[in-house]
Amino acid sequence: MNVAAPMPDEMPDQINEVEALPARGAPILEMRGISQIFPGVKALDGVSIALYPGEVTALIGENGAGKSTLVKILTGIYRPSEGEIVIDGQPVTFASAQDAIDAGVTAIHQETVLFDELTVSENIFLGHAPRTRFGLIDWKVMSARASELLRALESEIDPTIRLKDLSIAQRHLVAIARALSVEARIVIMDEPTAALSRKEIDDLFRIVEGLKKQGKAILFISHKFDEVYEIAENFVVFRDGRAVGSGRLAETPQDTIVRMMVGRDVSNIFPKVEVSIGQTVLAVENYCHPTEYRDISFALKRGEILGVYGLIGAGRSELCQALFGVSRPSSGRLVLEDQELTIRSPRDAIAAGIVYVPEERGRHGLALPMPIFQNMSLPSLARTSRSGFLKAANELALARKYAERLDLRAAALSVPVGTLSGGNQQKVVIGKWLATLPKVIILDEPTKGIDIGSKAAVHGFISELASEGLSIIMVSSELPEILGMSDRVLVMREGLSAGIFDRSQLSAETLVRAATGNA
Amino acid sequence: MKRLLKHRELLLVGIIAIMVAGFATRAPGFATPANLANIFNDTSILIILALGQMTVILTKSIDLSVAANLAFTGMAVAMLDAAYPGLPLALLVVLAIGIGAALGAINGYLVWALQIPPIVVTLGTLTIYRGMAFVLSGGAWVNSHQMTPGFLNFPRVSVLGMPLLSWIAIVIVLLMWGLLTRTAFGRSAYASGGNPTAAVYAGIDIGKTRFFAFVLSGALSGLAGYLWVSRYAVAYVDVAAGFELDTVAASVIGGISIAGGIGSVAGAVLGALFLGVIKNALPVIGISPFAQMAISGIVIVLAVVFNARAERRAGRIILRDRGAKEVSA
Repeated sequence: MNVAAPMPDEMPDQINEVEALPARGAPILEMRGISQIFPGVKALDGVSIALYPGEVTALIGENGAGKSTLVKILTGIYRPSEGEIVIDGQPVTFASAQDAIDAGVTAIHQETVLFDELTVSENIFLGHAPRTRFGLIDWKVMSARASELLRALESEIDPTIRLKDLSIAQRHLVAIARALSVEARIVIMDEPTAALSRKEIDDLFRIVEGLKKQGKAILFISHKFDEVYEIAENFVVFRDGRAVGSGRLAETPQDTIVRMMVGRDVSNIFPKVEVSIGQTVLAVENYCHPTEYRDISFALKRGEILGVYGLIGAGRSELCQALFGVSRPSSGRLVLEDQELTIRSPRDAIAAGIVYVPEERGRHGLALPMPIFQNMSLPSLARTSRSGFLKAANELALARKYAERLDLRAAALSVPVGTLSGGNQQKVVIGKWLATLPKVIILDEPTKGIDIGSKAAVHGFISELASEGLSIIMVSSELPEILGMSDRVLVMREGLSAGIFDRSQLSAETLVRAATGNA
Repeated sequence: MKRLLKHRELLLVGIIAIMVAGFATRAPGFATPANLANIFNDTSILIILALGQMTVILTKSIDLSVAANLAFTGMAVAMLDAAYPGLPLALLVVLAIGIGAALGAINGYLVWALQIPPIVVTLGTLTIYRGMAFVLSGGAWVNSHQMTPGFLNFPRVSVLGMPLLSWIAIVIVLLMWGLLTRTAFGRSAYASGGNPTAAVYAGIDIGKTRFFAFVLSGALSGLAGYLWVSRYAVAYVDVAAGFELDTVAASVIGGISIAGGIGSVAGAVLGALFLGVIKNALPVIGISPFAQMAISGIVIVLAVVFNARAERRAGRIILRDRGAKEVSA
């Protein structure tokens, strides 16, 4: 796809000029030329942002664009490889999370890190509880200050009750109170609305307005545009570790921001092979789950790659796990090659020819202490055994076949998988599932966390599988991957199907709109 | 890892050999074949129990009820033999294995169906099974004169110069080796402990695998119950008290990872023999029973430290990237 707007790569300089609008105070915090280099990956590349007192700056970007890395740098968890952080005109370095707190930076995280079994006030003051002059915790002062903080947030939560008795939204308030319990002038909110209802979001925004009035600088991370426009003054867009645009929201239409988020030419780097699409292999009808997804229907044909796109938490992985029998749908039908099936366990799914390559391959994919060939043969033992006894020779033959096909580099197939590099471990996982001779293969974020070169190899391989007649469901949060590889795309939003798009209708804007719920 | 494990098992053989040689300098005759065969015979029951324990540990569980199970089944078959001297020995042995398996199945069911942590389940059943042995016997002993000679002498029957007890241990070792390396159950046990989530995703029912591991451990405990009672010619409630810890120790010394998924039959056997040699040697070289316990304990702790280090070394290659990331960060 081509982007009609100015090429985003040229934009940062111009827009950074715009950002220095007059009549604003000096920024409280500036990050200048920040880079974060991990072995093999540049997570952030020369990023500069500025936060102003009394203003909300929205940080926008796809998953993996580098937002979390930036937050970790600001909160002292990572030390940047290059660049400097300037607070009130003074360069600072954060050697630890405590340094960041001392410098007045506090963060409210996406998954709030609180303790269920502790009381509200203990949660708020954990690590910096007020002390009596004997060095003991001053419970009275602690409770009083906790009430005070919560009242400031217009909340009547009793600070003496345990956290586990609170609702999600109330816990969120506790997390905010905790963030504000330290003297903070810079507040980072990392997807604070993810788990909240509309009313709770309104309450949260009132609190944010209050913080603005107190002159705090707020970095608000979200990928919901309506919220961003509602609460923020400024924006910064990240893509692939770079700040590709920034400015005042009032002067920037949403389309421009969407283009900045996704804008890149993807048509050439994906080795999508045109495959003749065959008969319907798998039909899913009205799959429902009490809490994760509802009324999902789609059909998958032979040789087809169905992309599944959505934001994190849209219910994509949960849906795939149900197809694989890890969890069960509460209702719905699944038809595989004209036969209705009930899949109760992964064993049923494997037997039927549906396999799932999980997102967290280390955690879900491999038994690291076991040899390569035993990992590869694990789901296929029924085929490699004879009358209940394992046949190591058959297992080795199976493993050798797929090791060759996938170009697996290992000293021997009898070495533990744990001794392999990440890329080779990945190959073992894929080989293990191909060895079951599946009809449908579900790939959950197939290229997450691997470098660009290997990504191309994985994509080439996926195309090859499709051309061999395998049907593929590819869950991905990376738009270029979805756009480049899919024949059709199922977009999920908050557990619901937001539409199925044919390849001819595919564009980054369409998918982002469908996934974020913007008309 | 396999190479490392092999290496470790060889190392253990070496250590045992050095210990035997060392003890032989203080107590002449310690290293004679007859004495070594004796030590093996003495250790047979520990070997059998350690193999059951090892299977359970492989699945990331633990069975603390083995010794209590042994005490109960031992008591049950001893009382049966005393009350009905006409019962054939084969039936009693089968009964012992069956009762043991049933008690193991209770553990397994609680772990599988009710999802209670194995350490809690077996800590509870440890007490329950001992209590059952007390209720069954009313606290009374079954002494050698009450049991039939056939019942008592069976483990002592000499075949090819070794007592049957030793032969039984050898057969169990071979069976367990086959079970763990050559059957789908064995592979499931390694996979369930090595990475439970990956095992589920590969279509393995880890609950069922754990259940059968507990049944197996129980069955071996039941067999050991008969062997213990007949060998020592007495059954009472406190038989083999605390012996479950020896089985865990033998497994750990033998390189079975307490986190599951790592270990071999040879390791468990060597771990048991290691403890057997120490137990037999210390009195011979004149070390007091009190010091013996302390020395055994020190050895176990050292083995655990050694194990932990060995496992860390194995993991370093995987974690290099992540480690570097954190250092650079």
